[in-house]
Amino acid sequence: MSGTPVWVQLVYLAAAICFILALKGLSGPRTARAGNIVGAVAAVVGCVVVFFYGNLHHVGWILGAIVVGSIGGVIGARRVQMTQMPQMVALFNGVGGGAAALVALLELHERLPHIASENWFTLAATAFTIAVGAISFAGSVITFLKLQELITGRPILFPGLPVVFGLGLVGVVLLGVLTVTLPAMWIGIVLALVGLLVGVLLVLPVGGADVPIVISLLNAFTGLTVAAGGYVLGNTLLLVAGTLVGASGTFLTKLMAGAMGRSVLNILFGALKGGSTLGAGEVSDRPVRSAGPEDVAILLGYAGRVIVVPGYGLAVAQAQHTLRELVDVLGARGITVDYAIHPVAGRMPGHMNVLLAEAQVPYEQLREMDDINSEFKQTDVVLVVGANDVVNPAAKSTPGAPIYGMPILNADEAQQIVFMKRSMRPGFAGIENELLFDPKTTLLFGDAKDSLGKLLTAVKAL
Amino acid sequence: MSEPVVWLTIFVLSVFVGIEVISKVSSTLHTPLMSGANAIHGIILLGAILVTGTSQNAVAVAVGLVAIVLASVNMVGGFVVTDRMLQMFQRRKPRAVARDKAEQDGAAR
Repeated sequence: MSGTPVWVQLVYLAAAICFILALKGLSGPRTARAGNIVGAVAAVVGCVVVFFYGNLHHVGWILGAIVVGSIGGVIGARRVQMTQMPQMVALFNGVGGGAAALVALLELHERLPHIASENWFTLAATAFTIAVGAISFAGSVITFLKLQELITGRPILFPGLPVVFGLGLVGVVLLGVLTVTLPAMWIGIVLALVGLLVGVLLVLPVGGADVPIVISLLNAFTGLTVAAGGYVLGNTLLLVAGTLVGASGTFLTKLMAGAMGRSVLNILFGALKGGSTLGAGEVSDRPVRSAGPEDVAILLGYAGRVIVVPGYGLAVAQAQHTLRELVDVLGARGITVDYAIHPVAGRMPGHMNVLLAEAQVPYEQLREMDDINSEFKQTDVVLVVGANDVVNPAAKSTPGAPIYGMPILNADEAQQIVFMKRSMRPGFAGIENELLFDPKTTLLFGDAKDSLGKLLTAVKAL
Repeated sequence: MSEPVVWLTIFVLSVFVGIEVISKVSSTLHTPLMSGANAIHGIILLGAILVTGTSQNAVAVAVGLVAIVLASVNMVGGFVVTDRMLQMFQRRKPRAVARDKAEQDGAAR
């Protein structure tokens, strides 16, 4: 802190308050956008102030680098499809972690000449920033590759992975201790490399459905990294901002995992134990009742109350616009239609709301699980589009099922259930859905967009 | 109080504020909130600028510039993508109102 003028510290304080207000704003629908803007302004002001007191060299180069990074960020943020947004967030998070690790390495380099006078705690914080920043960077890159389907979304395991991972962790701790006791540049660099390895191994065994939780966790990691970096650099703004993100990110991760009925540890290490996320992925040959679009159109067209349960399959097929058209047509026939949004519908909590909002579905039609669950009993038809696990009654009835305990939408209580599915393949959790074999259930096979298009034509023709 | 203890105090208080401030978030906003928090830790850009600007070693400056590029991607991209998400939540309001109005007009006729 010494060496930083008081006015600058006061600006940092103001920026830190703005970050708190930003997070507060982001947690309410009406204030969210303003909150985000408050956060952005505070971040920009925080960075501009540095140029006025830091006696910086290489200002031209620095500004150039900022311009390059900003243009890259804006292009990425604007070009990305809304369905691909989770991996974009993962990538942004990863580069932040990478930047923090590099900053800590540079700071270590700067301090080496007069290292004897350094507080051991500062060196420990430096080691933490290097290691966790590298883990966050590598882990985020792997989550990006998984969600972008550049590598398989299924858990990747190889014999000895737990051993290598364990050795990596031990290596990180040992190198961290060495950074404090015998500080040297090569130790910092090796620590970063081992951190990268641990980050890769941490995320490889995680199944595709759980990857969003890992993004949130790595986001919290990067926050803590930035906080530690703030301590190393003696910068209060970094410390407060990083800690806020680390704490809220950890809490958010817990909320998300809770919505899936899982613990964070189970998500990270479940596959290592040969556990739940692997799933069988087998296709059952039990009899089901399937129907054509015309039959389903009659079912829907003469119902009084319909609830739509959208899932990630809808988003993958880019069918949300067609779905909205169908719902509008049904609404015009005097049918009450709502969307039941499970907290983890889509790939991240709240992701489905974003996707449907993009298709201009009115906000009032999007109903949260707790709000709508009691209404399924009075519902004539539930239309499940590209969802599976979130309506699987095994979550209530089968202890031992991987999703047991996860709150689900009570679609099974409706008079009729229509599933639109590509195939009989189980959902992300890899378990069979009894509801598919229920006598009340009708299946409409095919690509969601294609089927919804046919359904729309058939309903219009009624 | 010794200086590390002051820092520890700030850290612990920030942890509580961080948890408290988002504890009432609805699940609808989990994704934008995560994305917004993600952008906030892009403030590491400030650290990257400081370290780079005070370094004399050419290799260190080069590494610092890489860190600046990465951190700006995090910060700028993060805020822009969050705004894009939130825009979608807001845009529908005038449309919904317009539609309701049209329906009322229809009913009046």
